[in-house]
Amino acid sequence: MSEQLPAILLVAPLFGALLIGVASPGDPRRAFPIVLLSLSISLAATVALLTKVVSSGPVDYFLGGWAEPLGIGIQLRVDGINALILVFIALIGLLTAIFSYRGPDDGEPTDKAPLFYILYLLLCVGLLGITITGDAFNVFVLVEIASLTSYGLVAMGSSPRGTLAAFNYIIMGTIGASFYLLGVGYLYMRTGALNMAQIHSLIALPEVAASQTILVAFLLILVGVWIKMAFFPLYGWLPNAYTYCPSGASGILAPLVTKVSVYVMIRVMLSVFGAGWVFQSAGWSQTVVWLAVIAILAGSFIALAQVELKKMLSYLIVAEVGYMVGGAWLANHWGMVGAIYHILADAAMTLCLFLAANIFVKHAGGGRIDRLEGLFRRMPVVAGAFVVGALSMIGVPPTGGFFSKWYLIRGGIEAGQWPFVAALILSSLVNAVLFFRIFEVAHFGRKPADGHHHHPPHADGEPSPEQQGTIGETTGSDRKPRLTAVAPLVAAAALVLLVGIFSGPIVEIIRGALQGMPHVGAAAPLIGR
Amino acid sequence: MDLLNQYLIPHFNYWAYVILMMIGMHAMIVKNNLIKKLIGMSIFQTAIILFYVSIGVKEGADIPVLHHHAPEVAESHTPAADPHHAVDPDHYANPLPHVLMLTAIVVGVSTLGMALAISQSIYKDFDTLEENEILAKIKQGGPGIDV
Amino acid sequence: MKWIGLIAVVLTGALLLSAVGDFPDFGDPKSPANGGVGDFSVSQYYITHTEQDTKVPNVVTAVLADYRGYDTMFETTVIFIAGIGIIAILRSHPPGGRRGPAHPIDATVDGDHQRIIIGITCRIMIPIIQIFALYVVAHGHHSPGGGFQGGVMLGASFILIGLSRDLQAALARFSERRFIVLACLGVAIYAGFGLLCLLLERNFLDYGVLDGFFHTDPVMARSHGIFAVEVGVAFTVTAIMFAIYANLSSKGRLDEGL
Repeated sequence: MSEQLPAILLVAPLFGALLIGVASPGDPRRAFPIVLLSLSISLAATVALLTKVVSSGPVDYFLGGWAEPLGIGIQLRVDGINALILVFIALIGLLTAIFSYRGPDDGEPTDKAPLFYILYLLLCVGLLGITITGDAFNVFVLVEIASLTSYGLVAMGSSPRGTLAAFNYIIMGTIGASFYLLGVGYLYMRTGALNMAQIHSLIALPEVAASQTILVAFLLILVGVWIKMAFFPLYGWLPNAYTYCPSGASGILAPLVTKVSVYVMIRVMLSVFGAGWVFQSAGWSQTVVWLAVIAILAGSFIALAQVELKKMLSYLIVAEVGYMVGGAWLANHWGMVGAIYHILADAAMTLCLFLAANIFVKHAGGGRIDRLEGLFRRMPVVAGAFVVGALSMIGVPPTGGFFSKWYLIRGGIEAGQWPFVAALILSSLVNAVLFFRIFEVAHFGRKPADGHHHHPPHADGEPSPEQQGTIGETTGSDRKPRLTAVAPLVAAAALVLLVGIFSGPIVEIIRGALQGMPHVGAAAPLIGR
Repeated sequence: MDLLNQYLIPHFNYWAYVILMMIGMHAMIVKNNLIKKLIGMSIFQTAIILFYVSIGVKEGADIPVLHHHAPEVAESHTPAADPHHAVDPDHYANPLPHVLMLTAIVVGVSTLGMALAISQSIYKDFDTLEENEILAKIKQGGPGIDV
Repeated sequence: MKWIGLIAVVLTGALLLSAVGDFPDFGDPKSPANGGVGDFSVSQYYITHTEQDTKVPNVVTAVLADYRGYDTMFETTVIFIAGIGIIAILRSHPPGGRRGPAHPIDATVDGDHQRIIIGITCRIMIPIIQIFALYVVAHGHHSPGGGFQGGVMLGASFILIGLSRDLQAALARFSERRFIVLACLGVAIYAGFGLLCLLLERNFLDYGVLDGFFHTDPVMARSHGIFAVEVGVAFTVTAIMFAIYANLSSKGRLDEGL
């Protein structure tokens, strides 16, 4: 059965979604176990796949058995890089699913909760599918699955601004996906192939490599994925969509969607066009690194001006995307390793911060930072997890954020890209200012005089998780966070630390996968010593 | 004249697709009315379909449905084995772009449906589909709008 | 904003056109997309090998549902997502909840002459549309057609009931619960056949292994497998087309319709 793992990890959430549609109309309590089971199967499959890839190298899987000749069917390809990302997608999917035990809005279960779970599971299918596929056109289909489910998840909240944000998201998302599709069309026109490995071998031919069509195809695909990942000038859709969507949705959209788009960019650069082709002219990578510098600085400083917690975090995502794009375009080994490692570290810390922010916003009765006063003392566990996420964002060891910055800065120094190094350090400082401002308000701030919640004036420590769970269950009060909200958050904080502590083995897997990439000669600086 | 012969005439479809696509994209970015944006989106996506289908055209070729042989003949000779039944690829249009565009059409329909549902929901909340009026209402704030 | 938009559009257009000179000529059978680069071409392989691989004369159907069947499975899922998403966004009271009294089904009860003409015309047309839709689904192997096209027609026949009478008349035949279940069932048929292959220890969607299931040889089993998944596609498309119409036309209330 182990050779069927790539299919199993996709099929499990797909059937979960279908089963919910057939079996449980309007009953979230029957839908939830299905979600949990299918994502657990998926997670188990991804972990098994990762161990298999680490022990015996990349895995190829041919859908429909169409392996020979290469390119007539659709190929799935798993190497060390995407095996790691698959594990993170399944894990984050599972954690956020537990967090949204009560349906999309973390309130009373509604009739729309089963629909939410269907879209949620299919979003997981889309993200897993984008990551695992080895076919350029198949990426488009799965990007559309991930996008359509995201539009639905953003728009199904109760906030009118969320609906408007979803509309802008659709317009921008469609332009992005269409550019990608058009880029694949240009590639197909010049090479006659859709399989990534096949396109790669054809682009190595000199008459194809020099053609203007291939260049335009690359630019189209690049701009398309930049829109999807909210790279700096094209980020307009992101902040409102992530701020005003239901809390369960933001818990999966924020950590994963932009990161998977970054992965698509890296996959296209390495496996379709090849590092040798992409980095052939130094002027190119210089321009993109400058764009990344602007993205990092703009994201950080706009975040500094925000008064709403979730919006501030959304702008930080824009800055983090700059890290990854910049790292990937440093055109050297450590930059690429840092960018890929940062996909994982950033997914973990964004998950942690967004889950904590969702709990804060719900209990503070509003999204503004100045309403967080005293929340740290009321919810020490949540506060602790939030601090872990924040320290990772700032880049304090031993969190994942520290190591990704370490590799990125190392790459920046080796490439001599000093503005990028400076932007990374400056962004760390800005993040420190941002988060210490929040710590100050939330820890030392006075309680609001008008008291939108009637909590007792003395703040005793949180009851044990079990106790909390039962309180939340029985009274339905939102005074104390529920166990199903706190447990995934704690797991997310642990994940941030684990990514940091096990950065050595993770980086070894990434480096091994990079060394396994074809055409070592042309891309020698990228592969490393 | 050289320009015409080399660039325009052999690639007429591609010029048409680019112009259509730019019309659609312009509407998506610049128009104030949300429905007009969606009309632009449809034009934009259809232009891409025109592009892909143009790739697969072969001069004088038929649709990619293989001509029928009598069943017993087809049973006894596989096309590759019998030169009389060998299929000439130049005789049939390229099937792959058609398959891909079936997917793109489906995606286009789905996106449009979703976008229409969202604009209905926006109209319910804001009583208008003009973007500037919606933004003005958000700025003012109001019941249920400010979060 | 206007100027920025215009500049962005003009720049994109210039970028796209800059490659046109490099394109192969329109209609050239030897272009890379049609004839391949080097000695192998994917699209030529499809044309020359479909008959012996799958016994399906319509190459587009074979590529769609077999060679690239994985894409098509997710394409069906995209349709399914659109339907579920629209219900999630618009539906304003619980599925299976209170519904207004159904209007009289017979249009002749209404005194309006126009309604009689429309009602009787549609009553004659709808069965014909549905039969033709089933033909299109079933004949996708031999002529242009298949699950998507046939499914859209079937969905349109239900929309026509909704348009010619009212939404209640259509919902009486195709209720909300039914279309959600049918949509799920369609994708489940598609993915289920794929899963069946996987359980028989071959790759996902490798219908060749289903020869025992269909009582035929492996090549013909592919042809039958293609038909089976096309039926699944038709189910989902029918259900979702009608679901989209029903929700959009009644602003999610599923009451009056247009």
